[in-house]
Amino acid sequence: MDLNAVWFVLIGILFTGYAVLDGFDLGVGALHLLARRDKDRRVLLNAIGPVWDGNEVWLVTGGGALFAAFPEAYATVFSGFYIAFFLFLAALVFRAVSIEFRSKLPWRWWRATWDVGFCLGSLIGGLLLGVALGNIVWGIPLNAEGVYTGRFIDLLHPYALLAGVTSVALFMMHGAIYLHLKTEGALQEQIRSWIRPCIIFFVLTYSLLSLATLLYVPRATSALRGQPWLFAVVVLTVLAIANIPREIFGDRPGRAFLSSCATIVLLMALFGLNMYPVLVPSEPNVAHSLDIYRAASSQQTLGIMLIIAGIGMPLVLAYTASIYWIFRGKVRLTETSY
Amino acid sequence: MMDVALLSRVQFALTAAFHYVFPPLTIGLGLMLVVMEWRWLRTGDADYRAMTRFWTRIFGLVFAVGVGSGIVLEFQFGTNWAAYSRYVGDVFGSALAAEGIFAFFLESGFLAIVLFGWDRVRPGVHFLATCMVCLGAHFSAVWIIVANSWQQTPAGFHLVERGGGVRAEITSFWELVLNPSSVDRLIHVVLGAYLASAFLVISVSAYYLVKGRHQRLAVKSMKIGLVLALFASLAQWVSGHSSARVVVEHQPAKLAAMEGLYRTGPRSPLHLFGWVDERGERVWGLAVPGALSLLAHGRLDAPVTGLDQFAPEDRPPIQVTFQAFHLMVFVGAMLVALSALGCWLWWRKLWDPTGRPWVRAALWVLVLAVVLPQMANQLGWIVAEVGRQPWIVYGLLRTRDGLSAAVGPGAVAFSLALFAAIYLLLFALFLMLLDRKIREGPVLEAGPEVSAERAGRRGPGGE
Ligand code: HDD
Ligand code: HEM
Ligand code: HEM
Repeated sequence: MDLNAVWFVLIGILFTGYAVLDGFDLGVGALHLLARRDKDRRVLLNAIGPVWDGNEVWLVTGGGALFAAFPEAYATVFSGFYIAFFLFLAALVFRAVSIEFRSKLPWRWWRATWDVGFCLGSLIGGLLLGVALGNIVWGIPLNAEGVYTGRFIDLLHPYALLAGVTSVALFMMHGAIYLHLKTEGALQEQIRSWIRPCIIFFVLTYSLLSLATLLYVPRATSALRGQPWLFAVVVLTVLAIANIPREIFGDRPGRAFLSSCATIVLLMALFGLNMYPVLVPSEPNVAHSLDIYRAASSQQTLGIMLIIAGIGMPLVLAYTASIYWIFRGKVRLTETSY
Repeated sequence: MMDVALLSRVQFALTAAFHYVFPPLTIGLGLMLVVMEWRWLRTGDADYRAMTRFWTRIFGLVFAVGVGSGIVLEFQFGTNWAAYSRYVGDVFGSALAAEGIFAFFLESGFLAIVLFGWDRVRPGVHFLATCMVCLGAHFSAVWIIVANSWQQTPAGFHLVERGGGVRAEITSFWELVLNPSSVDRLIHVVLGAYLASAFLVISVSAYYLVKGRHQRLAVKSMKIGLVLALFASLAQWVSGHSSARVVVEHQPAKLAAMEGLYRTGPRSPLHLFGWVDERGERVWGLAVPGALSLLAHGRLDAPVTGLDQFAPEDRPPIQVTFQAFHLMVFVGAMLVALSALGCWLWWRKLWDPTGRPWVRAALWVLVLAVVLPQMANQLGWIVAEVGRQPWIVYGLLRTRDGLSAAVGPGAVAFSLALFAAIYLLLFALFLMLLDRKIREGPVLEAGPEVSAERAGRRGPGGE
């Protein structure tokens, strides 16, 4: 494995970390308005209260790492998805400040406004992430310099939108299971009743998306044909998804949550394995695609970055784990809560 | 007709300037929280606990808006400056990624404990978390200033032909990190951050004193703020001078613009204030003859490079750079004076304004002074960034050549309008919530630590 491949994997890990961790934050946000009472909404917010910001850092660091390791891809994707990306950023900003501002004042309209902000920010954020991913799978028009030549509206084709809806469904399922872990009593009962529709919604959209991929994205299917062992990942994904309802109805929410984490990890792995070594596939002009060699920084930078990651990531994992440990268990509202 | 270049520059300036209201506060408050909590652990004085908890809440609010605005900056290099990103990614990206790995994770992770962990961890662990947050905030400054300094004074790279274009590739990581301006600028920026937060603490404390609320606590906070303010406002002169020497050596066009120096020559004057007549190529104002030569090179007869050495298309905007620089220095002088004023009140123990209108006036001045270091910070960045024009990477890549080919003026106008509106809203709400938090004030819990004798020591005006 050369350095370019290593960085393909590492950036994949950072974005997967983001999807798993911020995924449940976005899911909680998407479900937020379903909780009706003020106290319940505060419980929801505080379920992610101590961790959402750290979770978002996975995206920031993934972005930084992409910039450093594959600047061409960073430049192409973010300038190409310009408007979509600013909408995504606006959604994240709104989510962040909604969480922070909501419970600061007691007024009904104030809280209701930020509740909507939190929900919409999370929904739109999740949707646009999926749309971006869908476009990467589908391919985008690039010219010889690797510059995106389409328009904003071209990004919103049915396949990408379906991918967006699927990711929202995935995050909602993931978030609901997370909430089940963090709550108790009547609220937990209520949340339990959200999980089943979320699972159904996700399975439905995911099946449709898989079908569409098989039918309309020949590149993805040819990867499957070329490397038949990829089917093993597909089978694992299906098993992980199927395991979720089993654990839920067996009342083992911890294991259900692990399954839903595994689902996200496997989906991202499938996505990565399908893409490798391409970062941004160009459609229709395949020759202009950006792969991990064309888009990369120099070997020296990739090496330096590996040292930085080698020192930094173990530390990050260690204290991320201890913070999750410190805040384990059910949500308790105190005077420092949101 | 606005072009993409102008719109993108305005957008970067707007988002960076907005972001830069908050990080200086968290960097400096991080340090002050460490001091406050440490005092609490050492003395067991419940005032320090209440103070720490109060400022922690403010920290949380500042941090949230800082994070919200930072995330926009992080991706703006790619969205608006794609050509620049391709050009510098090999060198610049590592600093940005290091910031994420070393700084943001640290800060946001431990902040959870600082904000929400009071009753989940032991006080020692909480203190450790506070130290880590402070460290994380400083690390963010380190890495982003390294990145920015590299584009001011590039080092440790070579230019490589690649895929039809040219780009910078790293040759030495440490030369990149320790490029000629990074250490000086880092010190200057961190001191500016200390001033921003010290004056916030001073301002809030002075406000409580004026209103006769939380007096005991306000005095203690004020002292911490004043020590930091006095130290940083004096050190800022040394540091600013040192930064200017680097500019003299590495960015002579910026220096010439800062002083409006059109003609190269010995005995160059230093203006105390002035107005640049860009047509007539001269400055109207009050100048100390020879002082610029003296400050820049240590000798009166040393020539200082003027704008005449640069073709018009290589000159930065002169008026803006000049005024921003002089205002920053002027504010720097005011901050020294204000710190001295505060220390004098401390020395004479003039904390109670009742019946002493001039003490009240002095305290009000300190309340309002909170905007000054913020102004100086913004002005400083204007000097640094506008003075760097027309280069986006000094001497290597022009700002115009750094843009995204895929992005048209309509798209930038859209994002600019969107974020201008969002930031305006956020800023108003931030100020409103900050104001409410300050009005609510610190809460002194009647915990077991509050001994009656300590609590009653300072008479009326307390809690
Ligand atoms: C790591 C890089 C970096 C950092 C730390 C900063 N900037 Fe910057 N700034 C840029 C990188 C940059 C840039 C991307 O290089 C820009 C965009 C256009 C340009 O010429 O430089 C720029 C432009 C730019 C301009 C417009 C100059 C012009 O076009 O005439 C202003 C006023 C600022 N910035 C202000 C700030 C402030 C208030 C900062 C404090 C946080 C700041 N910058 C930090
Ligand atoms: C253009 C340059 C900059 C970029 C791209 C940038 C990026 C970011 C990002 C993405 C965050 C959010 C991190 C999170 O989610 O926790 C952030 C926060 C932060 N940034 Fe920046 N930043 C820039 C300039 C600066 C400067 C100049 C400083 C200080 C000297 C600074 C100091 C901080 C600090 C201390 C935080 C933590 C949040 C806060 O205190 O408000 N940043 N920045
Ligand atoms: C007291 C006299 C001061 C002098 C002589 C001075 C000098 C300078 C110089 C020469 C620069 C440009 C550096 C560059 O472009 O590389 C600069 C930038 C800056 N100044 Fe000052 N300064 C002073 C006071 C202050 C004060 C009081 C503050 C804030 C409270 C401040 C905040 C900044 C900031 C944030 C920058 C931009 C970052 C940088 O380039 O270092 N300065 N200053």
